Amino acid sequence: MNVPSFDPVAAVLLIPIGSAALLAILPGYRLTARLNVVASLATFLSALSLFVVERPLPGPYVLVDDLNIVFIVLNTFVGFTTSIFSASYIAHELETGRLTPVYLRFYHAMYQTMMFGMNLAFVSNNIGLMWVALEIATLTTVLMVGIYRTHAALEAAWKYFILGSVGIAFALFGTILVYMAARPVVGEGQDGMVWTLLIQHAANFDPALLNVAFIFLLLGYGTKVGLAPLHAWLPDAHAEGPTPISAVLSGLLLNVALYALLRFKILLAANPAAIAPGPLMVTIGLVSLVFAAFMLYRRRDIKRLFAYSSIEHMGIIVFAFGMGGPLANFAGLLHMVMHSLTKSAIFYAVGHISQIKSTQRISRIRGLTVTHPALGWGLVMGVVAISGLPPLGIFMSEFLVVSSTFARAPLLAIVLVFGLLLAFGALTLRMTSVAFGEPRGSTKSAEASYVPMFAHLSLVLVAGIYLPAPLVVWFQHVARLLG
Amino acid sequence: MQMHSLDFDISHTLAGGLVLISFMMLYQDRLYSLLNVFALHAVVLALSVAWQAYVQNAPHLYITAAIALIFKAIVIPVALHRIIKQLGIHRDIESAVGIGPTMLAGMALVALSMVLMLRVTADADPLAREDLAFALSVVLLGLLVMVTRRNAVSQVVGFMSLENGLVLAATGAKGMPLVVEISVAFSILIAFIVIGIFLFRIRERFDSVDVSALDDFRGERR
Repeated sequence: MNVPSFDPVAAVLLIPIGSAALLAILPGYRLTARLNVVASLATFLSALSLFVVERPLPGPYVLVDDLNIVFIVLNTFVGFTTSIFSASYIAHELETGRLTPVYLRFYHAMYQTMMFGMNLAFVSNNIGLMWVALEIATLTTVLMVGIYRTHAALEAAWKYFILGSVGIAFALFGTILVYMAARPVVGEGQDGMVWTLLIQHAANFDPALLNVAFIFLLLGYGTKVGLAPLHAWLPDAHAEGPTPISAVLSGLLLNVALYALLRFKILLAANPAAIAPGPLMVTIGLVSLVFAAFMLYRRRDIKRLFAYSSIEHMGIIVFAFGMGGPLANFAGLLHMVMHSLTKSAIFYAVGHISQIKSTQRISRIRGLTVTHPALGWGLVMGVVAISGLPPLGIFMSEFLVVSSTFARAPLLAIVLVFGLLLAFGALTLRMTSVAFGEPRGSTKSAEASYVPMFAHLSLVLVAGIYLPAPLVVWFQHVARLLG
Repeated sequence: MQMHSLDFDISHTLAGGLVLISFMMLYQDRLYSLLNVFALHAVVLALSVAWQAYVQNAPHLYITAAIALIFKAIVIPVALHRIIKQLGIHRDIESAVGIGPTMLAGMALVALSMVLMLRVTADADPLAREDLAFALSVVLLGLLVMVTRRNAVSQVVGFMSLENGLVLAATGAKGMPLVVEISVAFSILIAFIVIGIFLFRIRERFDSVDVSALDDFRGERR
C-alpha cells in the first residue's frame, strides 16, 4: 500500500466545501477573511496542478479534459484574486455597518460554497450532476445578492431567483430529454447521463428529440449566461449585491453556464441529423450584443453599466462559439478568458470607488484620475481594455472574432462591428465623465487593495502583446475539440 | 398484455389529472384556494410517481413520491397558509390577467406541447412519450401561473407546480439516474424560497405601475 497520492480533483472540490464549513463557525473578521484568501489560494494551486499531475480516467461522475482545465484554472484564479479584493472591501462594509459580523460569517461560507458549486459543475462528467452543481452555485449567489436586505437588494435577489429557477427548470427538462434520446442507444440507468459515453454514441441518437432538448437547454442555461431576451435578472443582481459578488458573477458564474451550453453544443454537433446549434447561438449572441450596446447609453448606475457590458461580451462569446471552426472557437475561448479577467478587475475598481464616493450614480462621480490616481487610471485602463482598444487582450480576441466572421459571413460581421462600435462609444462616454474633469464627491483616501486589479490588467496587457506559444497550442487544441 | 394496458391507463389518468389540476390553478383568485389546489396537485403527483415506481419496479422512486406527499402536499402548504395569515394578504384577490385569456393561453400551451412532444418522440415507447407530453404541459402551465400572478406566494405556487411537471417527466423517463437527488435538490430550493418570503416579508413581485418609482430605486432616474 503506497501513500495516497495527491488528487487535484478532490482538492478542488474538498478545499472549498471544507473551508465553507469552517468559515461558517469561526468568528472574527481578520481571521475569516484571511482563511478565505488562503483557502482560495490552495484551491487555485491544486487547480494548477491539474496541468502536471496525471489526470484521472473519466469516471461516471468526474471528467478532466483539456476543455475544462482552462475553465477550472480561470475560475479558481479569479476566485482567489476576488477573495483578496473582498477582504479589503468587506472591512469597509463592516466599518460603515452595512454588514454585521453574523452576516459576514454567512457571506464567507457562501463564497466558498459557490466556488465548490462552480468547480463541481466543471469537473462533472454527468449531465445531471452538472445541473445540480449549477443550481448550488446559483442559490448561493442569490443569497449573497440579497445580503444587504435593502428594498432594492431584495427585489434584485427575488428577480434573480425566479428567473434563475425558471432557467434551471428548463435546463432540467432539456437534460431529461437528452437522457430520453440516449436511453435506446446507451442503455438505461447511470450510463445514459455520462457525457463521455453520450458523445461516443451521439450519432445514433434520435435527432428530433435532441433538437428539442437543445432548445430547452439553450433557453435554460442561456438565462444563466444572461443572453438577451432572458437577461432581466443580471443588471439588478450585479448592481445591488456586494461588489465582490458582482465580480464573480460576471467573471465566473456566466462562464459556468456557458460551459454547460458548450458541452451540449458538442453533443449536438456529433449528431449529423440534428439541427446545427451554430445559427441559433449566432442569432442569440448577436441580439444580446446589439441590445446591450444600445442599453449601455441609458445607464446611470456604474455597476449596472458594467453589468450590461457583461451581457454584451457574453453575446460576443456565444456568437464566436456559434460560428464555430478552429479560428472562431479560438477567438471565443480567448475572449472569454480576457473578459473574465478584465471585467473582474473593473469591478474591483468600481467597488472601491463606490465605497469612497458612497454612491453608484455615475453623475456623482467625477475626476477620479485627479483625486484617486491609482483607482482612476486602473478604471481607465480597464474600460480601454473592455471596449476593445489595442494593445490589450480583448482587442486581439475581438479582432479575431471579427476577421474570422468577415471571411465567412460578411453580413453578420457588419452587425457585429456595429454592435462593438456602439458599445465602445457608450463606454468611452461614461469613462471620460467618471475619470476626468472637475472632481466631485468625497475625496477621502482609499484603503484599497490594488494588487488584484493590476494583476488582472497586466495579464490582459501581456496577452494583448504576446501570447505564449504553449498557451496558443493549448487553446488551438481545445478549439478543435469544440468543433 | 391485459395487465400492461391497465398499467398504461392508470399512469395516463394520473398524468392527465395533473394537467387538469394545473388548469384549475389558473382560475383560483384567492390564495387559500390556490394553496388547496396545489396540495391536490402534489397528492396526484405522489400517486403518479408511486405508480411509476411500482410499474418500473424501481423502489427508489418511492422516496420521491414520499417527498412529494409529505413535503409538497403537507409541509409547504401549511407553512404558506401561516405566512399568508401573518402577512395579512388572505383576502387579496388578484387578477393581473383575466380568467378567459389565461384559460385560452393555457389551452394553447397544452396544444403546443402535445403537438411538439408527440411529433418529436414518434419512435419512443408510448408510455414515455405521452408522459413527456403531459409533463411539458404541466411545466408550461406552471410558467403561465407565474407570469399571470403578482403575489410572491402565488408565484412560488406556480413554480412548485412547474417543478411537479419536471418530476413527472423525470420519473416517466424509465431508469433515469439521479431522480431522487434532483427532487431533493428542488425541495431544498423551494424551502429556501419559502423561508425567504417569510423572513423578508415579500408580498409583491415589486412591480409597480408607477414607472418613475421603479426607476428611482433602480438608480436609473435622470
